[in-house]
Amino acid sequence: MIDLAIQVGQTAKPEATLFWILAPLSVAAALGMLLVKKAVHSAILMAFVMISLAIFYIAQGAPFLGIVQVVVYTGAVMMLFLFILMLVGVDSSDSLVETIKGLRPIAITAAVGFGGLMISLLGRATLGRGAVGVEAANADGNVQGIANLLFSTYVWPFEVVSALLITAALGSMVLAHHHRIQTKPTQRELSIQRFRSGSLANAAGLPAPGVFARHNAVDVPALLPDGTAAAASVNASLKARGDVLNSSSFELGNVDTSVEEEK
Amino acid sequence: MNAANYLYLSALLFTIGAVGVVVRRNAIVVFMCIELMLNAANLSFVTFSRINGDLNGQVIAFFTMVVAACEVVVGLAIIVTIYRSRRSASIDDASLLKR
Repeated sequence: MIDLAIQVGQTAKPEATLFWILAPLSVAAALGMLLVKKAVHSAILMAFVMISLAIFYIAQGAPFLGIVQVVVYTGAVMMLFLFILMLVGVDSSDSLVETIKGLRPIAITAAVGFGGLMISLLGRATLGRGAVGVEAANADGNVQGIANLLFSTYVWPFEVVSALLITAALGSMVLAHHHRIQTKPTQRELSIQRFRSGSLANAAGLPAPGVFARHNAVDVPALLPDGTAAAASVNASLKARGDVLNSSSFELGNVDTSVEEEK
Repeated sequence: MNAANYLYLSALLFTIGAVGVVVRRNAIVVFMCIELMLNAANLSFVTFSRINGDLNGQVIAFFTMVVAACEVVVGLAIIVTIYRSRRSASIDDASLLKR
């Protein structure tokens, strides 16, 4: 490797220590993002990478960007990601089985090639002078320096970006808006439908769950007059999750009254 | 320490993000990998701003953050819409145009 990239005046030792601790950790977290199965774990690792990048920004004389990184990325964006993950289903873990044959080796080969190219390019590039350092530009304060640029040179892009933000907010509202194809049936229509349907068994509504005086939670089927469990009284999604308790101990004849009598 | 080390780190993170976009199937994880690539680009902007002693790079990184936030909002809305109609967040399932 010829002259190592852009020769920078040796930065203070604390920064080097910070870098050599945080950089391997952030690369490991980024790799972990690819390898973990659950999307939530990926999100946590992503948040770690973002926080370490914020620390790098602050170490490089960009405290404003560092704070914005924490507020916008780890605060807002990752929160949004986790929110959508909860909405879509936390258990929607990736299958990790490749659907296109041979995709993974090709992707890894291409990545090694690309990364090698970038790194060797950086190693060979030379600026012919040392790094200036951002201290002079930050003389009046980093926020003031950025504000000076933002509201003079970049005032037009700044306005365009505000238009983009509003468009994105409106667009997400339009996209997330749920169109109802049919009108919502009223209570009256539902009642008529129940009576017109084949059997009159559920005409008066489904039985409520719970066993009176013993266990009235929603996860226990109600008991019919003959002492057996009424399957229709428990919510179907509770049943699908396997959270329904067995009500046999509450059935007629099985009720163990000895415990209560001892008390 | 050489400031170019940050550029190496940025290149590494960008590559990892690119692999993630290709390899992972969950749309949300793919999205997070895109965010990782944007962040890596931001890191090199900030590093070059330091190398050149110029705040322009930091302003560009700031704009990148705003655009990334917009992208996340719209992209996640699209994912939610697709999930609503298909009950799946896998990018392989939305392939109707192929047939």
